[in-house]
Amino acid sequence: MDLEFIISLIVQIVMIGVIAVALMTAFAAMVMVERKLLGRFTLRYGPNRVGKYGSLQIIADMFKLFFKEEVIPGHVERTVYLMAPGLALVPALMAFAVVPIAGAPFTLPFQIMGTPITINPWIANVNVGVLYILAIGSLGTYGVILGGWSSNNKYSLLGGLRTSAQMLSYELPMGLAMLSAILIVGSMQLTNIVEFQASYLGGFFWLILVQPVAFIVFYICALAEAGRSPFDLPETENELIAGFSTEYGGMKFGLFFAAEYVHMIVVSFIMATVFLGGWSGPFAQQAPFLGIGYLLIKVAFILFTMIWVRASIPRVRFDKLMKFCWKFLLPVSIANAAATALVLAVLFF
Amino acid sequence: MPFDPSQIPIVQIVFFVMTACAIGGAIGVVSSPNLFHSALYLVLSLFGVAGYYVLLSAGFLAVVQLMVYVGAIAILILFAIMFARRLMGQGENQNNQQWWLSLPIVMILFAVLVGVVNTVSWPVSGAEPTGDTVMELGHAFLGSYLIPFEVVSILLSVALIGGIFLAREKVEAEEA
Repeated sequence: MDLEFIISLIVQIVMIGVIAVALMTAFAAMVMVERKLLGRFTLRYGPNRVGKYGSLQIIADMFKLFFKEEVIPGHVERTVYLMAPGLALVPALMAFAVVPIAGAPFTLPFQIMGTPITINPWIANVNVGVLYILAIGSLGTYGVILGGWSSNNKYSLLGGLRTSAQMLSYELPMGLAMLSAILIVGSMQLTNIVEFQASYLGGFFWLILVQPVAFIVFYICALAEAGRSPFDLPETENELIAGFSTEYGGMKFGLFFAAEYVHMIVVSFIMATVFLGGWSGPFAQQAPFLGIGYLLIKVAFILFTMIWVRASIPRVRFDKLMKFCWKFLLPVSIANAAATALVLAVLFF
Repeated sequence: MPFDPSQIPIVQIVFFVMTACAIGGAIGVVSSPNLFHSALYLVLSLFGVAGYYVLLSAGFLAVVQLMVYVGAIAILILFAIMFARRLMGQGENQNNQQWWLSLPIVMILFAVLVGVVNTVSWPVSGAEPTGDTVMELGHAFLGSYLIPFEVVSILLSVALIGGIFLAREKVEAEEA
């Protein structure tokens, strides 16, 4: 281990911290934007009391969550109960590690101990990136299932079982939708996927153009994975109180809440990267900072549509949800992957 | 002697942490009085094994280990426990009256395993893995190892269908 390695290690750790903080900030902003937009969609004002246009409402809410008395009900399984919110949030954050946010590494304008610092626009550029995302996504189920069980409450248990069944089921079509995309690119590395999209049709060979079905399947699965409306079965108040988070209060509930939003944000990043060209756009190769801007615009658009869907479509019933996944989405995505493979085989072999 | 950061054996430290996860988890599985906790220790142990794969530069295997074992099989086990047991199921004894019978058998098995590990000369290659391992795995699965691969998939399908057949309700028998 020489000096360069240590410096790169420190840079890496700092970057992980920066991205984690950025995602948590994005979560706070997202809650605010969502409440404001939902208000507009339903012809209300949304929060408008705290600060200009209600912009400080989220800060007030966060203070409320942080300073609430920490109540741990006597009947819970203490260790697992305390572990569950963290286990829900951490995988949601971890999935971001393989997302490339720009095209080329940045070089900092100063040196540390005579060594120039370059920052890669990703945390880890692994060659099994897509699989990594799916694997980490499947770990998100643990927070829900452990929270539901350790609460020692029938509603929590039912909510936990329901949510994890939903997450497990929707992982399959999601993986198959990703498969259709990586069949075309020929690589599971996310940087390769973006570069592939940037290198044809003048940089606009977005995979959504050749894989619209896969994109729609992925979008629906992303909603279900993040527990978003119309698949927000975990929080069916009229059936399950608050599902797996019934016994959680204060910041412990806040972590579950954050996990849902971070999950939604990260999955939007992945969607933008795999199907919408990621950081690519005019002049993004020359000026990496432009790439971050393009990526953020695409992600913001996807997040907006997610809120739009929430305001427009009512919640589905649980049995219909499972039927839709197993009897419609899964066959469609299998057929799509098979058709993609067939077309590729005819064209290139 | 001044502290020299270049002497920190990072790989070894990671290896020992992973070993602690794998073996500690395994001990937890067989010693915890709560079945649900045992399943969680199993998850820890599987994580340790995934860490080994990462250290061996087998990223694909590591991720698949996470996805299949941690993300699917362990969750299925948790599901089964949640459905089949009382909600908390605490303080159950993992041993029954025959534990003393199995003890010598387990000891002999352990001794045999240790003997085998020590006597076999494991081929070690110092070469770094080259190229895209995922692509090579794919070529191997659909090329030279196609038939074993298909046989395994048929075996798994048979097990799946068999499981469904055994578990389904016997409607006809009740009606008759």
